Amino acid sequence: MAITLTEAAADHVIRFIENRGKGEALRLGVKTNGCSGMGYVLEFADTVEEEDNVFEDKGVKIIVDPKSLLYIDGTELDYGREGLNEGFKFNNPNVKDACGCGESFNV
Amino acid sequence: MALLQISEPGQTTAPHQHKLAVGIDLGTTNSLVASLKSGLAETLADTQGQHLLPSVVQFQAKDEIGYKTIVGQQAQDNAANDPLNTISSVKRYMGRGLEDIKKHSIYHFVSEEGSAVPRIRTVAGDVSAVEVSAEILKTLKQRAIESLGGELIGAVITVPAYFDDAQRQATKDAAKFAGLPVLRLINEPTAAAVAYGLDSGSEGIHVVYDLGGGTFDISILKLTKGVFEVLSTAGDSALGGDDLDHTIVDWMLAKTGIIEPDASLLRVLLDKARAAKEALTEQDTTLIQIHLDEKLHSQSDKQNSWQYELSREQFEQLIQPLIKKTLVPCRRALRDAHISVDEIQDVVLVGGSTRVPLVRQIVGDFFATQPLADIDPDKVVAIGAARQADVLAGNKSDEDMLLLDVTPLSLGLETMGGLAEKVIHRNTTIPVARAQDFTTFKDGQTAMAIHVVQGERELISDCRSLARFELRGIPPMVAGAARIRVTFQIDADGLLSVSAKEETSGVQSSIQVKPSYGLSDGEIETMLKDSFSHAQDDLDARKLREEQVEAKRVVEALLAALEEDGENLLSAQEQHTIQQAIDELSEIAEGSKQRAIKLKIEEVDKITAEFAQRRMDASINKALAGQRVNDLHT
Repeated sequence: MAITLTEAAADHVIRFIENRGKGEALRLGVKTNGCSGMGYVLEFADTVEEEDNVFEDKGVKIIVDPKSLLYIDGTELDYGREGLNEGFKFNNPNVKDACGCGESFNV
Repeated sequence: MALLQISEPGQTTAPHQHKLAVGIDLGTTNSLVASLKSGLAETLADTQGQHLLPSVVQFQAKDEIGYKTIVGQQAQDNAANDPLNTISSVKRYMGRGLEDIKKHSIYHFVSEEGSAVPRIRTVAGDVSAVEVSAEILKTLKQRAIESLGGELIGAVITVPAYFDDAQRQATKDAAKFAGLPVLRLINEPTAAAVAYGLDSGSEGIHVVYDLGGGTFDISILKLTKGVFEVLSTAGDSALGGDDLDHTIVDWMLAKTGIIEPDASLLRVLLDKARAAKEALTEQDTTLIQIHLDEKLHSQSDKQNSWQYELSREQFEQLIQPLIKKTLVPCRRALRDAHISVDEIQDVVLVGGSTRVPLVRQIVGDFFATQPLADIDPDKVVAIGAARQADVLAGNKSDEDMLLLDVTPLSLGLETMGGLAEKVIHRNTTIPVARAQDFTTFKDGQTAMAIHVVQGERELISDCRSLARFELRGIPPMVAGAARIRVTFQIDADGLLSVSAKEETSGVQSSIQVKPSYGLSDGEIETMLKDSFSHAQDDLDARKLREEQVEAKRVVEALLAALEEDGENLLSAQEQHTIQQAIDELSEIAEGSKQRAIKLKIEEVDKITAEFAQRRMDASINKALAGQRVNDLHT
C-alpha cells in the first residue's frame, strides 16, 4: 500500500511548499485526540526521521511515521471546496467511523 | 468531511480546535479580510468572488422580520437613492466628537444628552460610527468563518498610524460589538511592511507610500530587533485615485465642449475615466468612447458621440501635478523623522492608485530606490495583518514570534501644579519598564497621591486620567529628602502596572491599569444596552451563553461535591433534593431563556447553601484536627 494524492492536492501542496520557501516534503500522520478518537496530522516537513516511511506521488514527497502508517495506509489526499471553504481531505480506507464533520475518526 | 490546511511542523492542533485568526483592513472606502491557509496569506473572497468589501452600510426601516442592514457593494449601489441611511467613509468619524465631524458630512448627526458619542440618525434608529463599523466587521467575520470552516479566535485589525487612542479605542469597541476578539491593533504601514516580510529582514528605515481612493498617507518606519517604530507620518486627507479620475473627466469636458454636466452624465464620465486610467497601467494608449443619449443631447449643441485616444504620455502629463503633490508630505515626513533619503532601505507601495506607472516612477526617483510592489497594493495591508494574526494565534513555532507594538501615547503622572510628567514616551516599544525618581513637596509629608495619565499634552486636564493610588507610610522628612522611585511597566499585552517605592524606608504601593482600554467593560455594557435591537440580540445571545456556562460550572461543581462528601454530610433525602435541583438546572440550561437559567442558579444556590456550609465546617475540622490552639496563633 502507499499514500497517494489527487492532481488537485498535488498542485496545491507544491504551491504551498514553494510559497513557504523551505522544507520539501509533506508529513501525514495521526494523533490520538478528538471527539472520535484520532485526528489527522498535516504538516510541512523540515526533517525526516530514520524510521519514517517516504512516499512520492505526482512530484510530492510524503513522509509518514510507522505508527501512523498503520492507520492511514492507502489514504488518498484530496483537495476540495465546500462553499467558501477549501482545503485538504483524507480519503482513508481504514476509517470505520468518523465524527460528524470527519475531522476525527476511529479505525 | 472537514477540510484541513497544512500546519507548520509540530503545530497541528486537535480536531475542532484550529487556531483560526484573520487580518482585517478596515478601510475608509474598502475593507478586506485575509488569512493564512497552509502557510499562504490570502485575502478571502465572498460568494461572488469579490475580495474588496465596500465600506458602506445601508440601514433599512423595520419590517415584520426586523431591522435589515445591508453591507458592501449592494449598499454602495443603493447609496444614490438612499443617501441619508447609507453610511460610507465611516472611518473618518471613528473616535470623533460632534464638533469634529459635523462640518464635512451629509449625515444627520445627533448627540444625546449626557453622551459624548455622536450618532447618525437613520430610519433604523440612531447609530454611532462604532456601530456602523461593527456591521462591516460582522460581514467580514461571517465571510471568514465560512471560508475557514470554523469560529475565529480573533483578528488583527489595522488602523492608520496617526490614529489616536480614542480612534483606536473606537475600532476595538467596533470589534467588540461585532463579537470579534481583537488580537491586536496594528498600524497600516506596519502591516504593509510585515506583508513584505521586512520584519524578518534587515534593520533600518522603511517608507510606506499609501495612495488610496481618497487619501494619501506616508509613514516612515524604523525596524529594530523585529519591532517597527513609527518615526513620522504625514499625508493629505483629500488626495487620492478619485482625483486622478476627476482630472481625466476635466480633460474630457474640455475636449467635448460640455460645460455643465449633470450628475448622471458626470457619473458616466467618471466611470469612463476610471476605465481609461486602469487601461493605461498596462497599455500605451486607450480609446475613450462617449455616447450621449437623447436626454443628455441638449447639453451640447453639436454632436452626441465622441471618440478620443488617450495616450499614457498625455495621461501622465495630466496627472503629474497631482502625483508631485504627494511629495510635499513625503518631504515633511522625512524632515520630522530627521531622515535623509539615502538612509531609506525600502519603499512599500500601498493603495490601488500606486498601480499607475507614473506613481511608481516618481516615488522611485524621489526615494532613489525601486519601490516594492509585488503584492497587490489593495491587499497588502490585510495580508500583513493576517500574517501577524497567525503569529499571535500561536500557529508558528516560538522563534518566529515577534512583537511589534508600541505605546500610541505617552504615559506619565501628575506633578505639583497639575502638570504631566512623562515617564514612558509615545512610540516606545513594549514590553517596557521605566523608572523615575520623585520626592516629597512638604516637610513631614508621609503620603503621596500618584495620578497616572496618558497623553501628549502638558496639562493634566488635557490628558486622559487612567488611575490613582497612594503611597503611604513615608517616614517624616524635610521636603525633598525622600526618594520615591515610580516604575511604569507595560507588558506585551499592553497592560500597565505602576509601582511606587520610598527608597529609604522601603514602603511601596502599586496599581494595574489597561492604558489602551479607556472604556471599562461596564461602560461598554451600557453602550451595548443603548444600541438598537439587533445589537441587543447579540448581547442577549452573549448573556445567555455566559449564563449557560455559569450553569454548567455550578452543575459540575455540585456533582464533584456530591461525589466527595454527599454520603458523609447529607441524608438520603437531602441528596435526592440536590440531585433533583442539579437535573432541573441542567435541563433549563439547555434551553434559551437566560433569565430562567439565572433564577434557577440562584435557587440551586439556596438549596445547596446548607450543604456548602457543612462542607466548609468539615474541612475546617479536618484542618484543625490534631493541632493545639497555641499553634494556630503562630
